[in-house]
Amino acid sequence: MEAKEIIARRVAQELKEGYVVNLGIGLPTMVPRFLSKGVNITLQSENGFLGLGPLEGEPMPGVVNAGGIPCGLVPGAAMFDSATSFALIRGGHVDVTVLGGLQVDEEGSLANWMVPGKMVPGMGGAMDLVNGARKVIVAMEHCTREGEARLLERCNPTHGKVPRLDGGYGTCRIQYFTR
Amino acid sequence: MNKIVQWSEIAPMFQDGMSVMFGGFMGVGTPQGIVAALLKSGVSDLTLIGNDTAMPEVGVGPLVSSGKVAKVIVSHIGTNPITGKKMIAGELDVDLVPQGTLIERIRCGGSGLGGVLTPTGVGTVVEEGKTKMAVGGKEYLLELPLRANVAIIKAKRADRAGNLVYERAARNFNPVIAFAADLVIVEVDELVEIGEIDPDLVMTPAALVDKIVLSQGA
Repeated sequence: MEAKEIIARRVAQELKEGYVVNLGIGLPTMVPRFLSKGVNITLQSENGFLGLGPLEGEPMPGVVNAGGIPCGLVPGAAMFDSATSFALIRGGHVDVTVLGGLQVDEEGSLANWMVPGKMVPGMGGAMDLVNGARKVIVAMEHCTREGEARLLERCNPTHGKVPRLDGGYGTCRIQYFTR
Repeated sequence: MNKIVQWSEIAPMFQDGMSVMFGGFMGVGTPQGIVAALLKSGVSDLTLIGNDTAMPEVGVGPLVSSGKVAKVIVSHIGTNPITGKKMIAGELDVDLVPQGTLIERIRCGGSGLGGVLTPTGVGTVVEEGKTKMAVGGKEYLLELPLRANVAIIKAKRADRAGNLVYERAARNFNPVIAFAADLVIVEVDELVEIGEIDPDLVMTPAALVDKIVLSQGA
């Protein structure tokens, strides 16, 4: 099994029945495959809906995930505008967000939206998710392709640091998930 | 009042130096016909305000590639390498705003509010130059309203008065920007008579809409 699958499987164990979950692009989107039987979660998509599901059959007009990729809607899904989507996110109505990352540090800060000298993709919805979701899980491998550590004492601000502000939703708990 | 216009009438609505808010998320919900008309109009020095610059051939990507855009205010440019290249070359001013903050600033601009306090961005480069305020012991950034000269919107269906219905996730920024511009132009797939849209299902009320154009090929 590939490292990414192992990580996705481990993250899936953190998700409990009834949770509202936002999944970032890349590795996090693998997580639902590994949910235990009987655990039903609702996926929130930051582009404006609850009830994201796998694509079954032909793509449907306007039904895409936050990566712009065609997806499905589960029965009972609800669509809304971006202001409502981020009211859900910032307002503490999302139980868990699973994000990819470049670096994570001891304080629970995450760096995920700049690669120095390479590119500046932008933060998109990540800063709001890190602030507003009740629990933030960063799903990433320990080292970069070049072998540099991603778990640090302090994130490098040039990578787009996003601090975890403990906004009354409890303290930050850092767990190192290993193989 | 007739709000229905022909495609030939769209280009003259734009002028050099205008700010244009656009709906869409990775191009889904962006009025591609209006983007094409804007491109053909030849106006330049535009400021674009919306979620992302999509991809070079999608959403507002063709406008960015054309060099007619001076500035973008967006949350994400990572899927359009041309935006990044132009930014690094100093040809394009890029203001990156967290997505939840961007939509709230637009909402403020359209609803008569002087700004919004958000915790998003505290402790990051986003807070630079902004007023910080503590409320109930928690720190917030004061984020100011955003408005534009024109909003360009994609809707699934409109009645002749301009009541709008969006399709699935193509809604995104569209109903919010409808409040925040002096001129609101909507591209629709389907035009129906007044009364054909159930009032309970209207997502953008007609009072906000100035011009309606029917999608080509629709």
